[in-house]
Amino acid sequence: MKAEKTVFKKLSALAMRTMPLMVTCQELEGFMVDYLDGTLPRAQRRKFDLHLRLCPDCWRYLEAYQRTISLSQAACRDPDAPVPADVPEELVKAILAAREKDA
Amino acid sequence: MPAAARRLQPPLPNTWGLGYPRCMDAVPKQPPPGGEDLADERQLVARLRVGDGASYEQLVRTYGGRLLAVARRLVRNEEDARDCVQEAFLQAFRNIEKFEQRASLGSWLHRIVVNAALMKLRARARRPEASIEDLLPQFDADGQRIEPEAELAVSLELLERREVREAVRRAIDQLPDGYRNVLLIRDIEGYDTAETAALLGLTPGAVKTRLHRARTALKSLLAPVIRGGKP
Repeated sequence: MKAEKTVFKKLSALAMRTMPLMVTCQELEGFMVDYLDGTLPRAQRRKFDLHLRLCPDCWRYLEAYQRTISLSQAACRDPDAPVPADVPEELVKAILAAREKDA
Repeated sequence: MPAAARRLQPPLPNTWGLGYPRCMDAVPKQPPPGGEDLADERQLVARLRVGDGASYEQLVRTYGGRLLAVARRLVRNEEDARDCVQEAFLQAFRNIEKFEQRASLGSWLHRIVVNAALMKLRARARRPEASIEDLLPQFDADGQRIEPEAELAVSLELLERREVREAVRRAIDQLPDGYRNVLLIRDIEGYDTAETAALLGLTPGAVKTRLHRARTALKSLLAPVIRGGKP
């Protein structure tokens, strides 16, 4: 199984080196933010898509990368956190007192 | 400001039998700051501009909680977060004449509190920034990944677990400030690259580079969560 993977990896590397319009895994890294923002120019997007069709490692990498973004968004918008509309009474008073002073 | 949660494109062709990344659009979108009806908002702004005393309290009670949540995320310290919110409201009171009503009042206040939080972070004692090189992927001479990427084996229910959310927040806090701030402002607060660059005093290219490295480092830190479901 490991030998098959090694052969596949070598063939994949050969394809990356020799196929026209192909980018490497490393070059793909530089496109990732724009790709997910939808701001990648069409020609580069094609290269990105082509690479993903040939490279399961990058496919899985991108999937985990997106999962990371989702996890961080979910974690920072914690449903257990205090209701955002709640503002501590002492803070309201402090702000209004500071405004009086500032006026 | 743009929609608070950035919508990821569904970009991938369905290859390798892996299906589309399952997480996309799974996170509920955060409502944009504000929420007042436009007419109410205009009325409130008009009252603030003529110095109506009750309008100041209304503004603080309407938006204070949301702004405090933003400040807490950024500065990680309750006292500093409250200072930021207070400073943000004072700035808003002073500058209400400059509010042009092209954006919502909530968006305007959101930007002010983010700026106040960033000022607070800059004012803190600076530590030398830790390297995140060890958390970034390695490539061979052909530009191929050295470490094969493991398949995800985790369900979206993971996001529901409190300990997972805490583990993710701890991981974000492990990032050096220069990366953490970009990640929070882009991915969590929802500003676009140009806005993030303006807020942080960086070029758009530097924002993209830092954002990518921050996400990648976070992905490495969260590998046990992402792959095994255990924080």
